[in-house]
Amino acid sequence: MSVRQLSVFAENKQGSLYETTAILSEAGINIRAFSVADTNEYGVIRMIVDDPRTAAYSLSSEGKIVSVTDVVGVQISDSQGGLSKLLGIVSQAGINVEYLYAFVSSIPNTANVVLRVSDNETTEKILRESGYSLLTDEIARTQI
Amino acid sequence: MERYYQKEIETASAEQIREWQNERFLKTLAHVWKNNTYYRKKMIDRGVIPEDIHSVDDLWKLPYLTKDDLREAYPYGLMSAPLSDCVRIQSTSGTTGKRVVAFYTKEDIDLWEDCCARAIVAAGGTKEDVVQVCYGYGLFTGGNGLHGGSHKVGCLTLPMSSGNTERQLQFMVDLESTILCCTPSYAAYLAESIYEKGIRNDIKLKAGIFGAEAWTEEMRRDIESRLGIKAYDIYGLTELSGPGVAFECCEQSGMHINEDHFIVETIDPDTGKVLPEGEKGELVFTSITKRAFPLLRYRTKDIAVLKREKCSCGRTFVKMSKPMGRSDDMLIIKGVNVFPSQIETVLLNQGLTSNYQIIVDRVGTTDSIEINVEMTPELFSDTINTIEIRERQITDAMKSMLGIFAKVSIVEPKSIIRSEGKAVRVIDKRKLYG
Ligand SMILES: [Zn+2]
Repeated sequence: MSVRQLSVFAENKQGSLYETTAILSEAGINIRAFSVADTNEYGVIRMIVDDPRTAAYSLSSEGKIVSVTDVVGVQISDSQGGLSKLLGIVSQAGINVEYLYAFVSSIPNTANVVLRVSDNETTEKILRESGYSLLTDEIARTQI
Repeated sequence: MERYYQKEIETASAEQIREWQNERFLKTLAHVWKNNTYYRKKMIDRGVIPEDIHSVDDLWKLPYLTKDDLREAYPYGLMSAPLSDCVRIQSTSGTTGKRVVAFYTKEDIDLWEDCCARAIVAAGGTKEDVVQVCYGYGLFTGGNGLHGGSHKVGCLTLPMSSGNTERQLQFMVDLESTILCCTPSYAAYLAESIYEKGIRNDIKLKAGIFGAEAWTEEMRRDIESRLGIKAYDIYGLTELSGPGVAFECCEQSGMHINEDHFIVETIDPDTGKVLPEGEKGELVFTSITKRAFPLLRYRTKDIAVLKREKCSCGRTFVKMSKPMGRSDDMLIIKGVNVFPSQIETVLLNQGLTSNYQIIVDRVGTTDSIEINVEMTPELFSDTINTIEIRERQITDAMKSMLGIFAKVSIVEPKSIIRSEGKAVRVIDKRKLYG
């Protein structure tokens, strides 16, 4: 049910982000969501793409360190308090969020949130029961 | 009760050892002088002839041999017996330049195997044991050496050679191997595979003899506890015969050097001066029983300490510490000797690659050391927290190995510059020598 996220190691130096996006563009990959977490020395680029397998292959054959992780993707309403409401539900269920990022959707009044949690299944179950629609690889490929 | 392969020799008195050494050394010197043009020329250049040498006390007068000599004299220049008397060659897996080849007569092999047999018995081996040899067979000395030693002890010998872990484990279980001979890193790998397969209770190993690469005490304890064995170190060089130049006993606090076959000295690697026994320096060996390829005063470039004291095992041979590094790449940082090989050992133990670079600098009067290492898929994670935990583990392991703090930085793969395919290991920005 979950969405596959691509993570790429990037040193904090000029051109590092560009290298990654250039490889993906060359491979005809469409990047749906993009976020960077960094420390003083390096960063981790996290992405949702339309074709994670080809993307991972292209990056690693160019010498990049890539990992593919299952994350929870969820659609929320793009309105005040939307994110807060979601996090309230997750927090109340005692689920620890390692990181998250949000991005707008092509569907009107909707935003997408990616959650990295320790237990995808439980999180998805709770969100479904609370009436949320979850993202899948299929949706990520075609329409978010 | 401690057991020995050759009790009278291994527990001989200091006087007896001295007597053997004097007699064999003079005999070997005469043999080399007569039969080896290359070394004879070196002696003449140095202004020394056999008449100047009366006992081991005069050893210092002789010229050193180095790996460069072996390369220059390749392949036959350092032989002291006719080829027709030789039955075997072995060779080093040198990474640079020409290979080094060593020759053996039948008797040379016999004595070499005695040395390996001593190591196996010291590790608890008897004729009841099943010895699994997973050192490489072939030109590399590891496989053939331990194999011959195992035969001598009368153990059932499994000549597995290296690799093919599946088959190694199957034989280990089916034939109930009790003694494992391989490199320490392969032992660690086997231990891991045994856990993954859940066959820990099906193996009967009691001891391991691990050598041919640098390893730490930490790694020893780890292998011992995971396999439920005692892990023994063994030392040797192809140039001198192979494994078995020195071996560990039950005390596991250094390796007894087979002094009836080798005379050991420690020297200052920079000046070549002989150091008092017990001081840290480069090990120099003189082989005194070999016929085909006896090297006199061979500089190993291995830095170690000798310890001559009563050992609880009853053996009287001097003990050498685990080599702490190589004389040709020693760095002095904050007054502490640091060897790139130590850093490499930590990185490999932590599951990283050996693609690293050491940057030494001096800010004001304080030295600093930074180690750049390339990111690997194993180290990488999508959460920064996980990467940071792993980084800290590496930093801690580095501190316990080196004794000083070293900053570890993780860089992108293939970003460490290589020249001619080999990474430049050390960048010293301190300009200590002008
Ligand atoms: Zn001992």
